Amino acid sequence: MNQRTMKTLRAAAFAAAATLVSFGASAQNIKIAYIDPLSGGAATIGEHGLKHLQFLVDGINAKGGVIGGQKLEAVAYDNKGSPQESLVQVQKAIDAGVRFITQGNGSGAAIAISEFVAKYNERNPGKEILYFNYAAVDPALTNEKCSYWHFRWDANSDIKMAALTNFMKDRKEIKKVYIIGQDYSFGHAVRGAAVAMLKQKRPDVQIVGDELHPLLKITDFTPYITKIKASGADSVITGNWGNDMSLLLKAAADAGLQLNWYTYYAGGAGGPTAIKQTGLDHRVFQISEWHTNVPSPEMEAFADSFLKKYGGASGQGWWYLRLKNQMDMFAQALNQAKSADPLRVAAALRDMKYKNSLGAETFMRPTDHSLFQDMYISSFGSGGKYDEEKTGWGWKTIGVIKSQDTVIPTSCKMKTPA
Amino acid sequence: MLELVIFSTLNGLLYGMLLFLLASGLTLIFSMMGVLNFAHASFYMLGAYFGFQISRYVGYWPGLVFAPLLVGGVGALVERFGLRAVHKHGHVAELLFTFGLAFIVEEVVQMVWGKIPVDYRIPDALNFSAFTLFETTFPAFRMFMLLMSVATFLGLLILLTRTRVGLIIQAALTHPNIVGTLGHDVPLVFMLVFGVGCGLAALAGVIAGPALVTQPAMAASLGPILFVVVVVGGLGSLSGAFVASLLIGLIQTFAVALNISLADVMAPLGVTLTRESFGGDLWMATVAQVAPIIPYLLLVLVLIFRPHGLMGNRDT
Repeated sequence: MNQRTMKTLRAAAFAAAATLVSFGASAQNIKIAYIDPLSGGAATIGEHGLKHLQFLVDGINAKGGVIGGQKLEAVAYDNKGSPQESLVQVQKAIDAGVRFITQGNGSGAAIAISEFVAKYNERNPGKEILYFNYAAVDPALTNEKCSYWHFRWDANSDIKMAALTNFMKDRKEIKKVYIIGQDYSFGHAVRGAAVAMLKQKRPDVQIVGDELHPLLKITDFTPYITKIKASGADSVITGNWGNDMSLLLKAAADAGLQLNWYTYYAGGAGGPTAIKQTGLDHRVFQISEWHTNVPSPEMEAFADSFLKKYGGASGQGWWYLRLKNQMDMFAQALNQAKSADPLRVAAALRDMKYKNSLGAETFMRPTDHSLFQDMYISSFGSGGKYDEEKTGWGWKTIGVIKSQDTVIPTSCKMKTPA
Repeated sequence: MLELVIFSTLNGLLYGMLLFLLASGLTLIFSMMGVLNFAHASFYMLGAYFGFQISRYVGYWPGLVFAPLLVGGVGALVERFGLRAVHKHGHVAELLFTFGLAFIVEEVVQMVWGKIPVDYRIPDALNFSAFTLFETTFPAFRMFMLLMSVATFLGLLILLTRTRVGLIIQAALTHPNIVGTLGHDVPLVFMLVFGVGCGLAALAGVIAGPALVTQPAMAASLGPILFVVVVVGGLGSLSGAFVASLLIGLIQTFAVALNISLADVMAPLGVTLTRESFGGDLWMATVAQVAPIIPYLLLVLVLIFRPHGLMGNRDT
């Protein structure tokens, strides 16, 4: 062995040792993997969600971390919005030593992850993984496809649609409704619930359109808007999210389509700007667990500091109270369990009662691991304390559904680990 | 109904003309050099991103001029130093070269401009509605897109049929060796055609960028459709590409408006099909739902029944 080889070897050994040291340091951190779209048609909201998570993790660490000084660490993985890619990324995260993963954008990916985690945990006792879902709301996830390892912090699609249709019930000006959605499990769930609930609550309302379009592939919704216009609808119901929501609203703005929108996610990136452009003052409604104009000193200050740090040129502020609930409850569960062992964290989480930043009571239902919380119906328009995307318009509460009134039965038969 | 027809036609023409801006370059390059350029849509994407970058400093309009010129220059360089070197190894090597190039461009774009869409804005001067019909407005920018692509089409037509350059290009299309023997620099003609083709794609990018979302996936989502246009129109036929572009533009727009499914078609024949029948969703899916794959169905059918395309003069 000549001298040069020795030198190279020594350098390599040193590098390896250095890597080991750095791993050793971060091994103290409790990692949470963020597996969401960071490229493709949902990248805008995926990136913004990652900022949410980072902000929350920084906040928890700044207050001294968890379990007497351990730090949380957010690690991002790009699932490109696809269920298959999600599984690749989950495996990568597991290989990197992650025991807690979170995901929210897309129920297709959510179902794939939940099933993967359940299988993995069955095969690897003692190395369990927990999956925290902050936004994927296909009812199947907490019903027939429920899993002990999956926890959800958003109200499921049926709860949201029940609230929306209860609100629509008393609005006599609604005569013709157009339903448009994304062609995958969640879109089908929204459409099914909308049709069934409208039939029951407003049999006089005519459904003039029932449309499914490819998920996150369309860059120009003009043909769909033309069709909606021609149908003579006075209201649109949609569960669209990501680019599918903002571009739909943008095409509607371009065509000057004047009607009422009943949505799940009109507040996402680009939505408020498009609504303002069309001049639909308080004609776009949204069902959500929170919006910026819900009065609460704690949450207002929190959202404000996030906006200052991450708002940037687009002026996109805080969206997900549910992600804050999730991370705060995760931290509380870690402290309660005095351990980062997923089994013990799960046991602490599954029946947790938690007072959120609005001062409202929320609770995790142990039978299906879904969180119940107050839900808000709001409309977007002029007035209000805080605006969105620098439009000068903001959300205004139209109605509140108390957490106990959002409880609906579940068909979940959960397999609890021994 | 009339309203639906008018606006669908306008939008279909618009989409078709945009496709043509891309397909014209692709088909010219193919017929002349025998290269099926997989990276063609990447130049469209580069056009949009260059336009966006220029618009941030000096506004939209300079971008409309300089982005296509820059991308055309990049295209010419790719031909001169890439394709020409690969050329001697045959068409498969050229094909693979452009295939790889498409991935490289996408990755570079992601690294430079990020993975999320950039905020490419419609110029203020065109941010109003051109006209209102049946209470639906048609944005001025869409009108501009339509007019720009029509103007480019006419310009290209005149260039190819009424000028000396066009004459040489047309001759080089079919008989490159004889054109060379006559003393013309055929490799230079190739380089120019490749550059102009890329420039046209970039022009389409600058026109479409603000309206159709400028993002790293824009090349990959448009690329396959271009091949459909070129194959359906007939490989190497400019007029074929024109007809096929408009055809596919209109088909895609009108398909969205149709709610007919196979089950509806079969119903008058006394056959009742539901989601529970064998085949399930196949019967219930409406034309609107399958709109995105209709062009590919067309591609397959054309390849089987009319392999030289609508107007082509050689087999695919």
